[in-house]
Order: sequence, then C-alpha cells, then structure tokens
Amino acid sequence: MNALTAILRKLGALAVDGLWRAGFMARFFLAVLRYSGQSFRRLPLTLREIYFSGVLSLLIILVSGLFVGLVLGLQGYDILQRFGSSDALGIMVALSLLRELGPVVAGLLFASRAGSAVTAEIGLMKTTEQLQAMDMMAVNPIARVVAPRFWGGVISMPLLAAMFSAMGIFGGWLIGVVAIGVDDGAFWSQMRASVDFRHDVLNGVIKSIVFGIAVSLIAVFEGYDCQPTAEGVSRAITRTVVSSALAILALDFVLTSFMFRGL
Amino acid sequence: MSRTTLDLWVGFFVALGFAALVFLAVKVGSYSDVSGGPTYAVEAAFDNIGGLKARAPVKSAGVVVGRVGGIRFDSHSYRAIVRLDLDGRYPFPADTSASILTSGLLGEQYIGLDPGAETENLKNGDTLQITQSAVVLEKLIGQFLFNKAAETPASPQ
Repeated sequence: MNALTAILRKLGALAVDGLWRAGFMARFFLAVLRYSGQSFRRLPLTLREIYFSGVLSLLIILVSGLFVGLVLGLQGYDILQRFGSSDALGIMVALSLLRELGPVVAGLLFASRAGSAVTAEIGLMKTTEQLQAMDMMAVNPIARVVAPRFWGGVISMPLLAAMFSAMGIFGGWLIGVVAIGVDDGAFWSQMRASVDFRHDVLNGVIKSIVFGIAVSLIAVFEGYDCQPTAEGVSRAITRTVVSSALAILALDFVLTSFMFRGL
Repeated sequence: MSRTTLDLWVGFFVALGFAALVFLAVKVGSYSDVSGGPTYAVEAAFDNIGGLKARAPVKSAGVVVGRVGGIRFDSHSYRAIVRLDLDGRYPFPADTSASILTSGLLGEQYIGLDPGAETENLKNGDTLQITQSAVVLEKLIGQFLFNKAAETPASPQ
C-alpha cells in the first residue's frame, strides 16, 4: 500500500513538474517575443548571432548536405535501376531532400552545432552572474541576450536548410550524372516535372522555419533555466541537444501528416 | 571581429541562403500550371472511376488543363460524380467528352478531354454528357479468359 502511494506521488510530482516547466517555457517564449522589438532596434546584436549560429554552421551544413546527396544518389540508383527507371533518380533525390532530409538533418545539425553553443553561452552568463548584473544596471537580459540569439537561430535555420537541400541535389547529380551516367536532361526534366514549388519546396521551408523556432527556443530556454553551476550548464547543454532532436522528429511527423496526406 | 567584416559575412550568408532558395524554386521545382488563376467547374458522371483521386490532372492533347476538384457518389443514379476544375484560359466546346485514362501501364489515372464540334462553350456548372469509364484490368482479363474458353473447340470424345 505504501509502495503504491509512493509510486503515485512520484507520478504526480513528475506531472506537476512537467506542467510547471511547460508553463514557464510558454511565458518565457512570450517574454522573448515581447522584447524582440527592443532587440531589433539594436540590429548589430542579432547580426552577430546570425554570424555565430548561421555563418559558422555553413561548413558542416554544406559538407553534410553534399555527403547525404552522394549517398542518396548511390542508393537511389541502386533501387531505381531494378525497375528500369534510373531516369527518375532526380525526382527521388530532390523530393527526399526537399520534403524530409533537408529540414530534418539540417535541424539536427543546427541543434548540435549552434543550439548547444547558445545554451552554453547563456548558461555560463547566468553562472557568472552576468545576467543579474545586467538586471542591476536596468538592462533587460531577455532583450539584450536572449532575444537576439533566438532570432539569429530562427533566421539562420531556413537558409541553412535550403543550402543543405541545394547541396544535396548537387551531390545526387554528381553521383547520378557525372559518375554513373544517368542522362543529364532526364535527371533535371523529370525532377522539374514532379517537384511542385508550393507543395514540395515551400512546405520544406515551412518545416525548417518551425524547426528553427523550436530549436532556438529550447536552446535559449535551457540556458536561461539552467542550474548556475558547472554541472548544471553541462546538463543544460545535454538537454538542449536531446530535446531539440526529439522536438524536431516529433514536429516533423505532425507537419508531414498535415502537409502530405496523399490528397 | 570588426563590424564591417561581420556585416560582410552575414550578408554573404543571407545571399547564399536566398541563392539556394532561388535554385530550388527555379531549377528544381516548377509551378503547377493550374493554380491561382481563374477556373471554372464542370461535372461528369462515370459508371466506374477506377483509381482516380482528387487533385489528379485533367489533360487534353497531353497538356494539363485542370485538376479533379472532387469526387462523390450519387445515390440516385449509383454513379460517381467527378468535379473538374478547368483553367479559365482554356474554353472547351459543350459536347466535349471525358474519359479516364492511365499514364503508362502502372501510372496514375487522369481524365482526358476530347473536344467536340459544338460552337457553344462549356460554362461553370455544366455537366459533360459523354463519358467513358476507367478500364478495370481485372474485368478485362476476365472477359479475355471467358472468350478464350468459348473459342476452344470441345475436345473429341
């Protein structure tokens, strides 16, 4: 009987904690949005964050995109030539990149490359009491520190995902057309015939914007909310990467089931 | 890092991102022909639509001139009523006939329009009078086997 109440109590504590955190996160999100105007008035702050989370992620995004495209080219050719339709390689590479792999893989890379850095930075600022110092000087830390990092991530993410997809299609073209010898004209014309701008390209961009918002919010929130100790910061970084990955994959399922339900 | 180098890098990054988007829009994707512009809807009744789906293309002479807007079942005539959203730029004679065709052996099904000779054109809300249903492969094979069996002479006793 006692064991049962203990389990129930633990479950209750877990639910209350989770609810409390979700509520705190929502209020934090609203605060970030409210002070975004103030931070946009000092644009260099946001530009600096676009540099740190966007420009410095370029290399990993472009190289990973190229390799994903190369693999898609090889695997796609291997499968399609069994059905005698290797001309459709362009369709396969483009659709899988634009609809799924571009936004999702770019989002995962972005979370581990840029999201973790943002959490570490804000967490360390909190640990060394820089955030409180700002508050003392009547500088709002959300407007000065959090909002620019959030918007830097939101702006960078769709651009990075688009570059990832473009680079991946180039990689698929390298393997398919240059290395294997699929017809160049068929590769591009079949791709153009079945990739619709609104249905495929724009939906991919919408996905990447949603992932950008989710990853950036998780990163700044975990940094702001961390225990102000060395261990607390390291835990916060781990939580950023894990919950960003889960959020991206879960949101991807939800968005896909709305966008591509086969109508 | 000085302000100007930072601006330069961010500008380069944003330009590259938009270049990638333009590449995806222009070189990889294409705009579907019938979208946004004015359309007019006509209906056609079929005995059997096979595997036709909403959003399937409507073609005439191989060119996409519209989309299948919706499919419903008419419980009075027990036929399928298909609504076709045709592009406003392409008028068709009132006696146009519609048939359900398949692109390739295993491809998707679409509606083919064969224009008639009437001088009047189809208007929004009209109904196509002449339709041809989808070919159901199982029925065709069944008929073929039945004919074959009928042709074979009775084996001598």
